[in-house]
Amino acid sequence: MTRRRAELVVAALLVLAALCAAGFVAVYALDAIPDQTQYLGLALGAAFLCVAGALLVAGRHLVVTEDGESEYGHPSPETAERLVDIGDETVAGIRRRRLLTGAAAVATTAIGAALLAPVVSLGPVFDLAAMARTPWRRGRRLVDEEGNPVPASAIQPDEFLTAFPEGADPEEIGSPIILVRLDPASLRLPASRRSWAPGGIVGYSKVCTHAGCAIALYRAPLFQPAEQPPGLVCPCHYSTFDPATGGTVVFGPAGRALPQLPLRIDRQGNLRAGGTFSGPVGPSWWGVRRGRATS
Amino acid sequence: MIRAIARVLEERTHAAPFGLKALRYLFPDHWSFLLGEVALYTFIVLVGTGTYLALFFHPSTAQVVYHGSYAPLDGMQMTEAYRSTVHLSLDVRAGLLMRQTHHWAADVFVAAIAVHLMRIVFTGAFRKPRELTYYVGLTILGLALLEGYLGYSLVDDLLSGMGLAIGYGVALSLPFIGANVAQLIWGGPVPGTADFWSRMYITHVFLLPLAIATLIAIHLALVASLHHTQFGGGRRSERRLVGLPALPSYAPRSLALMFTVFAVLFLLGGLVQINPIWLWGPYHVADGTNGAQPDWYLGWLIGALRLMPAFDVTILDYTVIPNPFWGGALFPSVVFGTLYAWPSIERRFSGDRVRHNLLDRPRDVRWRTATAAAFLSWVLLIFMAGSADRAYILFGWSYETQLQIYRVLVFVLPPVVFWLTLKICDELRRNEEVERHRHEAEDEARAAANRV
Ligand code: FES
Repeated sequence: MTRRRAELVVAALLVLAALCAAGFVAVYALDAIPDQTQYLGLALGAAFLCVAGALLVAGRHLVVTEDGESEYGHPSPETAERLVDIGDETVAGIRRRRLLTGAAAVATTAIGAALLAPVVSLGPVFDLAAMARTPWRRGRRLVDEEGNPVPASAIQPDEFLTAFPEGADPEEIGSPIILVRLDPASLRLPASRRSWAPGGIVGYSKVCTHAGCAIALYRAPLFQPAEQPPGLVCPCHYSTFDPATGGTVVFGPAGRALPQLPLRIDRQGNLRAGGTFSGPVGPSWWGVRRGRATS
Repeated sequence: MIRAIARVLEERTHAAPFGLKALRYLFPDHWSFLLGEVALYTFIVLVGTGTYLALFFHPSTAQVVYHGSYAPLDGMQMTEAYRSTVHLSLDVRAGLLMRQTHHWAADVFVAAIAVHLMRIVFTGAFRKPRELTYYVGLTILGLALLEGYLGYSLVDDLLSGMGLAIGYGVALSLPFIGANVAQLIWGGPVPGTADFWSRMYITHVFLLPLAIATLIAIHLALVASLHHTQFGGGRRSERRLVGLPALPSYAPRSLALMFTVFAVLFLLGGLVQINPIWLWGPYHVADGTNGAQPDWYLGWLIGALRLMPAFDVTILDYTVIPNPFWGGALFPSVVFGTLYAWPSIERRFSGDRVRHNLLDRPRDVRWRTATAAAFLSWVLLIFMAGSADRAYILFGWSYETQLQIYRVLVFVLPPVVFWLTLKICDELRRNEEVERHRHEAEDEARAAANRV
């Protein structure tokens, strides 16, 4: 490409860039055109691309491209020495350096600690009891997402239902539970939980004990004989819990069983909690009780 | 005119010598040196688009009911954070362009840094005297990952919430202090208090960008002070640097690269949909969805969390180390720890304490290349394991079988890659030898013919 030609190309590209940018403004100003986002991106992207092209042509044909050479630098230990010397001179008059260094270190640590102390206000850092609390109490009614009581008859086999404690904050980690109905004959709950599943309905915390996602999948065998037994599956890392055996882990990385909520059916046929969970809700932490079911 | 301005400025700054140095700074010409520049220019886009988004986003967990223009969400309960993001995406003109460009830029930013890092490791650019540059760069990568995660989380759509829940689970799993740290950060059990959103917000829009920008400045200052490395050959040597001066030659090219990066990011942002949050819906503690994929740069952590067999350290009835620790905390610590330790470990083994300005060709340092390739294959494999559920959906391969295979491969693949890489390096060098001999023979024959 001749110089003249290159200059023309650069000019043309810059004009094109200007046109595209103007196009962007036009598309922006015209409200309610379909696919506005696409046209905006196209116009702006094209404008930038033209500028890039102009620069590329200019860099190639209009400016000198010539390698330069230079020496790599060297470290300058003498200068570094000099810096240390200056530091030394500064403290030269001080006799009891040990004492002062120690005192300065103590002061720095103490002031640092003082400045860090307010960080404790950020959260109930020493009160871990809150983590084990849930709104579930004996006799508390189960409600669905709309706040309506959950009749036992609403739980169909092969489906799951999410329920919450009546009157509690549904956004609390201890609130949501998952309900499924199993064949009572297939239940193999620990002996102490015999009465927890009226009519084969079992309830478990909906929060995965691995890392706290919501258990959102229910593997219910559709065909008999089923290949795999029913499973409550967490979509995050596919921990799978067996609802028939008290929420024990049958697959995946979760380290402890899903906490089970004892259920009972009241006189109106609605579900109520028969107590609190069999173990702490949500992901584990250092020192948490595993709450293994004792039979 | 410009001359006059330059004179006026110089009289008031005495900065001309510095300017002269900058304009004459030499850039060795090699494509792989552009990766870092791509990351730098992407960062500019991130700051620009991010600032625009911040003009519309409300970092609030106040519960509201949606009555906006997107009908499928009408009447739904959600947080103000999510509502304002849906609003800025669908109702604010150019809002979606900015948001998608921001998201794409985040993905490209991490990718550019990661590939840049590979270049640095495979060519030995981290060696003395550039270890500090390397550590700073590595820290930028770590902060960029955290920054991306926070940006993804702030929106409070369903996927954000699931990601945050996992983050909480990992924080809880830290030995000794996990529960306390998690309570401190979240202000209470997940999903955390309203304060938690303010904390994420200031971290995402101020603290981390500031930290990253500062580290970028230090990184560049170090690069400039020590000068670029270069591949050997021609007049280039350990002592002599050959490259294009910023002006007149290099700046136009670099600026062209910058505008290309801008162009690509805005084209992606305009034309290729990313994270359509209005489809995910708002997050509630009780909700989850299947097949959710995080941004690519968190895939390695998802993979590690999923790959880890159910194994908690327990004493009697007490949990001591819960499972998420292995994949979510230990694994990234091992990866970053290895990378941080790389220069000193290598110095330990090679005994090489000399200053280097010339880069290695990967084939010439077969041990490093093979080790790095094996390490990379290990991380990539775990990354892939994170998409086993995709493979299940796409190809119907049993998820559990896939996991078992991955669990074996994690131990088998790196040694195989190590051995293969050694062989490839040897082969490449042998071919070069042969080439060289042939050239020499040809030259000799030609010389002989001339003599005759
Ligand atoms: S959070 Fe449920 S499997 Fe990890």
